[in-house]
Amino acid sequence: MKKELQVAALDNGTVIDHIPNNKLFEVVRILHLEKCPESSIIVGFNLDSKKMGHKSLIKVRNHFFTDAELNQLSIVSPNFTLCIIKNYEVVEKKTIELPEVVKNIVKCPNPKCITNNEPMPTLFTTSDQSKGILQCHYCEKEINVEDVKFT
Amino acid sequence: MFMTQKSSLVSIAHLAKSDLTYLLEMGKEFEKHPNRKILDGRIVATLFFEPSTRTRLSFETAANRLGAKVIGFSDPKVSSSTKGETLKDTIMMVANYSDTIVMRHHLEGAALRASEVSPVPIVNAGDGSHQHPSQTLLDLYSIQQTQGSLENLNIFLVGDLKYGRTVHSLIMAMRHFNPTFHFIAPKSLEMPAEYKYFCQKYGIRFTETEEFNEDIISKADILYMTRVQKERFTDLMEYERVKDTYILQRRMLCKAKDNMKILHPLPRVNEISQDIDDDPHAYYFQQAKNGLYMREAILCHVQGITLNDIKSDKTILDI
Repeated sequence: MKKELQVAALDNGTVIDHIPNNKLFEVVRILHLEKCPESSIIVGFNLDSKKMGHKSLIKVRNHFFTDAELNQLSIVSPNFTLCIIKNYEVVEKKTIELPEVVKNIVKCPNPKCITNNEPMPTLFTTSDQSKGILQCHYCEKEINVEDVKFT
Repeated sequence: MFMTQKSSLVSIAHLAKSDLTYLLEMGKEFEKHPNRKILDGRIVATLFFEPSTRTRLSFETAANRLGAKVIGFSDPKVSSSTKGETLKDTIMMVANYSDTIVMRHHLEGAALRASEVSPVPIVNAGDGSHQHPSQTLLDLYSIQQTQGSLENLNIFLVGDLKYGRTVHSLIMAMRHFNPTFHFIAPKSLEMPAEYKYFCQKYGIRFTETEEFNEDIISKADILYMTRVQKERFTDLMEYERVKDTYILQRRMLCKAKDNMKILHPLPRVNEISQDIDDDPHAYYFQQAKNGLYMREAILCHVQGITLNDIKSDKTILDI
């Protein structure tokens, strides 16, 4: 039986697959997809998935993100599937890791931190890659990446 | 390079051993000659978004004794921050008028933020429960002056080790000098795990106990007292149980080593008995005086004035 794609195939570009439904718009925001006007973007929401039950997916045509950009996604979830497509073929599967610097994505959990009281971007550094610990650049409070809230 | 450029002093954590010893050396020069005109013509702004009388007086005295003029506010109610002005705007405005900004703020990370936007050096005079580097420097200076060295000392930290900013910063600064720390606190105010982890990471030896008596004190080179405050306890029964345990009485000094000195960041309430004040082990008032010398050093350092400049200074006043 012929397998029917739920979302059209991509000739060249980047596929971000296995996005939890509730994280889709965080991914859109973190990758600044609104600033990719030269690319056509296909967004699939609430698609069937053997692995997850339901998932979301983004296909960005003719755009290849840097590793630093893709690593920002690890704040949302470490389990995305990231594929580079050239001429309809998957030519590279990427893994992501916590970036050294996370700018203006994560909210500091410390209510007395200056970043929660002043109009300014937040800034975190990864203090422990293996344990997924981020540290606020300003108040130095640490937070596990699983517990982050977004700005 | 740390030593010659105009630079802010925001945190003690990132200062190298050579930076610390350099600033302490500068402090010694100011102890010899505290009155000078080396900052003549410069303006120091003291912005106290949160009241702290003794820190402000110490900084303002340091500026005045070096010939600088002082502007600023000590009551945040009179600043524009109460009208909703951002910290950035306040700093940008005051930087137009002054050569250095000394700031105290109730929010953590405020001094770092200010240093990022300010065209003039920022000196952190305390940002919430985060950092208070001038206090740590005067603590180091006091330890060095009383012990002759910062190396290989037994330092006993007593009282509120959970919320006590000064003891946390002292651990960070002492990491360069091979200390052994002894944490003495009630269970509910014990040293937080992150600072014990810090000790492990830097190979700093430490012990922990709830006991506080003459036998414990007999091993100390430095006895650093802090106040156990009632409002820090969620369980008032616990407070009632421990409140008298961490009060230093004169009789508890009977086995103390001759070189042992008692430090306290002040203000004291009742955690050091008044009759200890004239004991040769008491050092807390001199410690506060040392704050003047270290703040003179800080105000010069952030203006790019070097140790050599201070040693060859021709503006010394004989008062």
